Amino acid sequence: MKLKDFIVADAIIPELQGSERDDVLRELVTALALAGALPRESVDEVVAALIKREQNGSTGFGKGVAVPHVKHAAVKKMSGTIGRSTGGIDFAALDHQPVYSIVLLLSPEAQPQQHLQAMNIVFSNLQKDMFRRFLRQSATKQAIVELLDEADAGK
Amino acid sequence: MLMPTTSKDIVVSNKLGLHARPAMQFVDVANQFKSDIKVLKFGEEPGEADGKSVMQMIILAATEGTPMRIEADGEDADQAVAKLAELFQSKFGEED
Repeated sequence: MKLKDFIVADAIIPELQGSERDDVLRELVTALALAGALPRESVDEVVAALIKREQNGSTGFGKGVAVPHVKHAAVKKMSGTIGRSTGGIDFAALDHQPVYSIVLLLSPEAQPQQHLQAMNIVFSNLQKDMFRRFLRQSATKQAIVELLDEADAGK
Repeated sequence: MLMPTTSKDIVVSNKLGLHARPAMQFVDVANQFKSDIKVLKFGEEPGEADGKSVMQMIILAATEGTPMRIEADGEDADQAVAKLAELFQSKFGEED
C-alpha cells in the first residue's frame, strides 16, 4: 500500500485556518467531503466521532504530528488527507508539544486489515525525521503531493 | 550484572488487531516497568518494535491471528511480560 492510494490530494490543506483541534478536524473532514470522499451530510457525525476518539486518547503521538482516525459507516472507501499548521495546534499530544502536521484517516467499518496497513505506511513515514521536516516545510498542496510521491517511490 | 530476560509467545486475538488504541495501551503498561520491552511479530511480514514506542508498535500492523513474542529484559522482566501478555489475552478490552 502507498500513501497516494488513500490520501486524497484535492483534500490536502497546506495552511489550516483553525488553531483549535476540533476546528481543524472539521476543516479536514469538510475538505474530504468536498473532494467527494464522503457524503457532505456526514461531516458532522464524522467530526464528532473523531473528537470522541481524541478524547479517549490523543492521536498526537509526539514529534509535532497527529494522526486522528476513525472507522465510520458513512465512509465507503478508506480516505485520508493532510493538514499543516504553521502556528501549531494543541492536540494534548503525548509529549505535550504542539502539532504542526496532521494526517487524518477515515476508514470504513469492518476492514481492520486495510486500516492497519494504512496506519503502517503513515507511521513508517512519520517516523522518519526527513519526512516530518519536509512535511512541515511544504507550504503548498503541490509540495505536499510531491513529498508523498517521493515517499511512495522510496523504500 | 546479568539481568533476567523473560519472553512469552502470544497471538493477537482481538478482531481489530494491534491498532492505535491497543498499541498505546500496551506502551502505557510497558512504561510502568523498568525492563526494556521488545515485541516481535512473526508470520509473513515479520517485524520488531520497542514496546515503549507507540509509533513502532503501530507500524507492526499486527492483525488478528498474528503470532507475536513479548520480550522483557531487566529486574522486573517477569512481571512485565505477565502483565503485557494479559493485555493481549483480554483482547485489550475490546468486544465480547
